[in-house]
Amino acid sequence: MASKPRIKVPKSASAGEVITIKTLISHEMESGQRKDKDGNPIPRKIINKFTCTFEGQTVFECDLDPAISANPYFEFNAKVPASGTFKFTWLDDDGSVYEAEAPIEVK
Amino acid sequence: MKLTRRNVLGLTAGAAAFAVAGARVTPALASAEDAEKMIMEFTGGATPGEGKVSLNTPEIAENGNTVPVSVSVESAMEGDDLVESVIIFADGNPSPAVATFHFTEMSGEALATTRIRLAKTQNVIAVAKMKDGSVFMDKKQVKVTIGGCGG
Amino acid sequence: MKRLLIAGVVMAAAFAGSGPVWADPVDDTLEIDGTPIITRAKAPEGHPFDEVYSGWLFREAETRDAERDSIENPGMIAVEDGEVLWNKVEGTAGKSCASCHGDAAESMKGIGASFPKWDADSNKPINVELQINKCRTEQMGAEPLAFNKGGQQELTSYIKHQSLGMPVQIDLTQGDMQAWWEKGKDLYYTRTGQLNLACASCHEVAMGKYIRADHLSQGQVNGFPTYRLKSGLTSLHQRFRGCIRDTRAEQPKAFSDELMALETYVTWRGTGLSVETPSVRQ
Repeated sequence: MASKPRIKVPKSASAGEVITIKTLISHEMESGQRKDKDGNPIPRKIINKFTCTFEGQTVFECDLDPAISANPYFEFNAKVPASGTFKFTWLDDDGSVYEAEAPIEVK
Repeated sequence: MKLTRRNVLGLTAGAAAFAVAGARVTPALASAEDAEKMIMEFTGGATPGEGKVSLNTPEIAENGNTVPVSVSVESAMEGDDLVESVIIFADGNPSPAVATFHFTEMSGEALATTRIRLAKTQNVIAVAKMKDGSVFMDKKQVKVTIGGCGG
Repeated sequence: MKRLLIAGVVMAAAFAGSGPVWADPVDDTLEIDGTPIITRAKAPEGHPFDEVYSGWLFREAETRDAERDSIENPGMIAVEDGEVLWNKVEGTAGKSCASCHGDAAESMKGIGASFPKWDADSNKPINVELQINKCRTEQMGAEPLAFNKGGQQELTSYIKHQSLGMPVQIDLTQGDMQAWWEKGKDLYYTRTGQLNLACASCHEVAMGKYIRADHLSQGQVNGFPTYRLKSGLTSLHQRFRGCIRDTRAEQPKAFSDELMALETYVTWRGTGLSVETPSVRQ
């Protein structure tokens, strides 16, 4: 079942403030190291890259290996110069791209 | 070997351990040397210094499937005082690589948390690479127990 | 005698685990996104304990923290999936759950705190999973969901989550609920399996001790379906069956009379604790 990614970004911040962002996405993160009931290897299928940008500029990126737990969770910081929108992208081994956005108002 | 009761018990336990290992496609677990090699690849041969980077892990993981790991690096995150990336290894997993975090000035602080899989009790290692090329490392042992009930 | 001695040693080893450690539930309070959660409550009359404790109090700090913030709680993915199912039209009547029940935040509030309840039609207690199936077959003209299939856990999580923070209080005065409670109590105290363990052996007698490196809780069910770090979303009857399997006994089927009686009794044992669905456990 493909659910929407879960994102937590403060609604507002002051200019230059460092804020905390949390993201959680539904994914099995099949490691490629397991076998099924019949002993056949289960092929690897993980999210291999996560990116957060703010108005086109990279804020944080992560290259993921199969040792990341199912339903990958990230918490990281961002410094916001002005109001704008964060974009989040998760890349799947199978080529799928999952995306989400969250606006922030800088007062 | 004389087959005493103790020996038989030992054999049974051994067989059980192999049965668990056999469920994996990769039979050999990564050694600390594999992790060492990957650290050197990441640092370009430089031996990481101590300090600056700190790894926050539970001393005992409630379950090896989901172990929270936080890493932070002392840095102004401006100009030349910038952390470019932090790589995380687990030196007792089938493959030591866990994740690589990339930071920018927009990160504000070099800090990240995620959840990782640990196959057994082992060291989690974080190596930070600064913009000036210097590298720093922190290492924490995490004890992994057999998970129990869910009530 | 020799066999007895060995059995004694095995039991001692099992309970000693990483040393004969007693550990009280932690001194901590839980608030989920601003909703206060009751994790300690005065036990109802006739309860073996004076105070009932949420399993949350028996977990390590990292696991407790994962439940505090709904963004960090992986079980919330199931709740969101459940919301999709709530609004999904299925069956010959062309209806979804929402067609009759509207906004779950209003209509389902309290459900998670008051089930299982008496169902006069089947002359048995009914839980949320079976109530969903009753609605599907009688109102929607849809197939009932098989155990743990078709989004049953997700929809149950969504419905129970609407009662987050509300204290568990089931009504034993309706129908034969009291008789089913008695039957559940018998099962709770009946030793079973090759290991000869009753529910009470671990969750009453050894509550607070360590077994297999696990800090034994009271085995409360106020957080089900729960997100286990070990295996993801886990339904109550799945957990019952897992525990029974661990005693090396024959496992009753999900939603069997045995497990419905056990659910009734064990839910009562957690009277006063807040609904935590989806809780986070190890």
